[in-house]
Order: sequence, then structure tokens, then C-alpha cells
Amino acid sequence: MKKFETKWGIMLALPGIVGYFLWVLGPTIAAIFMSFTNWSLAGKPQWIGWENYAKLFNDFIFKKSLFVTFYYAIGSVVAGLLVSFFWALLLNVKVPGRSLFRTFFFIPSITPSVAVAMVWLTLYHPQFGLLNHIFKSIGLPALRWIYDEKQVIPAFIVMSTWTIGYTITIFLAGLQGIPEYLYEAAMLDGATWWHKLCHVTIPMMTPTIFFNLLMGVIGALQGGFTQAYIMTSGGPNYSSMFYTYYIFLTGFQYGKMGYACALSVIIFAIIICLTVIIFRTSRYWVYYEALRK
Amino acid sequence: MASLGGRRTTFLTGKTVTFIVLVLGSVIYLMPFLWLVRSSLMSTGQIFRMPLEWIPKPFRWQNYPQALTAMPFFRYLFNTLIVLVFVEAGTLLTAPMAAFAFSRLRWRGRDLLFFIILTSLMIPYAVTLIPTFILWKSLGFVNTYLPLTVPAWFGGSAYYIFMLRQFFAGLPIELDEAAYLDGATPWQVLWKIVVPLSKPALITVAVFTFLGVWGDLMGPIIYLNDAKKYTLAVGLTIFRGAYSTKWNLLMAASSVIMIPPIVIYFIGQNYFQRGIVMTGMK
Repeated sequence: MKKFETKWGIMLALPGIVGYFLWVLGPTIAAIFMSFTNWSLAGKPQWIGWENYAKLFNDFIFKKSLFVTFYYAIGSVVAGLLVSFFWALLLNVKVPGRSLFRTFFFIPSITPSVAVAMVWLTLYHPQFGLLNHIFKSIGLPALRWIYDEKQVIPAFIVMSTWTIGYTITIFLAGLQGIPEYLYEAAMLDGATWWHKLCHVTIPMMTPTIFFNLLMGVIGALQGGFTQAYIMTSGGPNYSSMFYTYYIFLTGFQYGKMGYACALSVIIFAIIICLTVIIFRTSRYWVYYEALRK
Repeated sequence: MASLGGRRTTFLTGKTVTFIVLVLGSVIYLMPFLWLVRSSLMSTGQIFRMPLEWIPKPFRWQNYPQALTAMPFFRYLFNTLIVLVFVEAGTLLTAPMAAFAFSRLRWRGRDLLFFIILTSLMIPYAVTLIPTFILWKSLGFVNTYLPLTVPAWFGGSAYYIFMLRQFFAGLPIELDEAAYLDGATPWQVLWKIVVPLSKPALITVAVFTFLGVWGDLMGPIIYLNDAKKYTLAVGLTIFRGAYSTKWNLLMAASSVIMIPPIVIYFIGQNYFQRGIVMTGMK
């Protein structure tokens, strides 16, 4: 360790460190503090203890949005993992035009979420939407999609499987890291492709699945804002009241900053708990041998 | 490279089936784009016509200029570019600085501080949203671009620092040591040696930053209340509210907002794919 290294190290890292305290740690502590106040845009904030948290128990929309968000998170994470794993397996086969196929599956993921919402708004349109056209042409009844209480979350889950390019890319990298000799050994034992999938590919992919699962859960629990803001306004009848949208409404539409902070502290706690649970259970299903080089 | 069936048992039929399924999948994944472009070139009457029509008759190219003049498109574009330039500049200056300090200099507390910064990846943005807003409001900077751009000058995001650090750590340290012997400062080593060798990682950060700014909806909604200051993403939602029946114009405006990300993606594609992998791997 040379002397100039310490000086320069601190100097160069300083913006990042200050930024961490200004934009991450500071606001997080402030949010916890504010959640015990009746902070609003007008008037002096007062310390009200656990009142905001007590109010949550009687807040119908809070409970609804928690349910909706979990429903969406479970559905979109499971569907997203399955669908992207499927496409990654196929995109890993050496077929002509493979890089072009990869591009096609990736492009929806770089599309701005506002534009994605606009497109799906018309795909789901009950009268002229493409999906109802297709349904009718194959003899299925037309659906109400995002305009129906029961269909709106499944519709958003379907929509989420359109933007899985990042997950596919990470799965592809994982697949390419599986040593070829494992497949050769399996072949000598006369394994079919199904056996190879279940006994080589999937076990070797568990660290990658773990990563995508964790990122997926953290992301999905905070997801849905753009969809709710542009497509449904949280409706019909609060059936797409995503948690972040509810925080946004509470804080910025109704001006109840303290209460919104209590809401955000709850989702923070939930995300931490789930992360710990996913890490703890990972030892039972993630094949750690693969992590060792 | 491992293929689904293994190399020798992959029969031609297996590959053919894979190919056909990929073609079908691509059609499904591209369908929303085709639908968007097709609708953007039609009259509203034709969009609603039954049975479904795919080819606009006639091609209403005028939808595009109409959509772009119905909203102050160039104003929004200009605003978005202002935010973009400042965010990119701040990120590409301060994120490499932090990444360099955390990977190529040895100093006490380095690893602990890096670990602490990484914990911010776990903190949901919903938690920091409201206190950060209160901070900007009390400083009197709501309805300016400062809340959208200043944070980028403080390391960009932990995510970018992490990505760049991983990349920097992979370059041979002898390069730095030779430069120090010649009397270079760490600042010079960073910008003259490390950064030029890290183009893939920096391009990835630049592309991610671009996509983040271009698509950001929450930030501008919260911080900008003067319609003249809106960015494109907000502008599009306003447009939707004002022209809710003009689906063709809405689709035209939506296609336009999609073009820059797609172009940027094609330019940076190779670097970008590697960059995503970098964040997912050890």
C-alpha cells in the first residue's frame, strides 16, 4: 500500500461515496424517520409514532396492492424464468441466423417502457386489439384483458414475458459456461436430450437461475408503475394497484408523504426478507460446485 | 460450446425443429412492432375495420408529421437531450473514477466501502423516492433538471461502478506500475491507460445510461411540472391523454420514440451483450 494510493483512492472514490450517502443511505434513513410522522406537503410535520403503521391494517387499498403486487411478482417471475430459459436453450443451438434470432428476442427489452405500454394498450384493446382478433379467428371468446378485474394481472404477466431479453442473455452466458465434457460423458452413458437437460443442463444452470430469480423478484416487487400509470390507472377497482403506483399516488397525488414512507418501508422490509429467504434456501437447490473454478 | 442435444447426437431434424420454433418465436416477439408500424400508417377507420387488415390503404405517411406537430416534439426531444448529456457526462466521469479507486488502488477501508456501496443495489428506489424529493423541494430545485441530472455526478449508480470495477480488475496491473515509474499520477493512469482499454465496459455503461434516461417516466413526472420542460417519455403520456381517440397518431409517436434506442442498440450490440453478462457473472 503506497501513500499516494490512499490519497488518490479516497479522492477518486469520493463522488461515489458522497453519492451513496446523499442518494441512498441518507434518504433510506430519512424514509424510516418520516414514516413515523404525518409529513405532508403543507403544514409542519409532527411525530405520530406508529400511527401510520397502525393505519395500514385498515387500509383496504394497501392490502389490495400488496396482494396484486405479489400476484404479479410470482406470476411474472415464474413465467419469465420458464419462457426465457426455453428461448435461451433454443438460442444456444447453432442454427443459421442465430445472432439475428437473439436480436429479435432482445429488442423488446430496450424499448422504452412508455412505448411498450402504448403498444400493449392497443394489442389488448377489446374492439380492435390484435389479441382479440386472433382469439376470435380461432374461435375463442374475446376477452376484456386489462379492462377486467380478473384478467388484468394475467394480462400484465403475459406482457412481462415480452421483455425478457436481459434474462435470456444471462441464461445464454450460463449455458455457454457448461463444460462440453459433461455432455460427452452423459452421451457415453446413452443419455437422451431429456436426461441431459435434467441431469446436466439444469443442475449446472442453478447458479444462473438463482441470480435471475433474485433479480426478478426484487424487480417485479417494484414493477408495474408504468403499466398502472399509463394503461389502467390502477384499476379496474384497484385490481392493478401496483405497490409502487400506490406509493406514488399516496405521496405525490394525495401529498401524504409520511404515510407513503411507511408504505415504502414495508416493501423494503419485504424485499430484504425475501432476499434472505432466497439466499438461505439456495443451498438446497443451487449447485455450488459450479461456482468453484 | 454446449448445445441442447450435444454435438454428435444433434440430428438434422433436431436443428430443423429448433430453427422452425425460433422462427415462430421471432414472429411472436416482433409482432407488436409490426402491429405498431402498421397502425401508425393507417387511418383510425382502417385500424378499427373488421376483419383485420395488415396493409395500410393508403399509406398515411402524413401521420408522422401530424403526430410530431400535434405535440411539441422537438421541444421534448431537446429537453430529453439536455438531461441525457448531463447524465452521461456525470456518469462517464465519476463512475470510472470510483471503479478505478475500488479496483486498481490499494487503500485502507476500500473493500468495506465498496461492499457498503453495493448494498444500495438492494434498496428499492421506492424507499429513497420521497425523502429525495423533499430534499430537492427544500432546496428549491423542483421543476428544474437538477434532480434528474445531479445524482449522475456522484458515481452514476452502484450498478455501473460495480460493472466497471469488474472490468478494470481484469486488466494487467503492470500497465499502471510502469506508468507510475514514469511519474504518472493515478488520474493520468485512469484516463490515459485504463479507460482507453475499457471501451466495451464504458460503452455498455453509456448505453444503459441512455436507455435509463430515454425511458425514465417517474423522475420527470415527479420533478417537472412545467409542460415546457417535459421529456419525451412524459410527452408521450400527455399526448395520449390529449388525443386518446387518435390511435394512429399515438402509434406514430410511439414508433418515433422507439427508434433511437434501437439504433443505439445496433451500434453498441456486441459490447452491450457482454456488458449484461458482466453484471450477471462473478
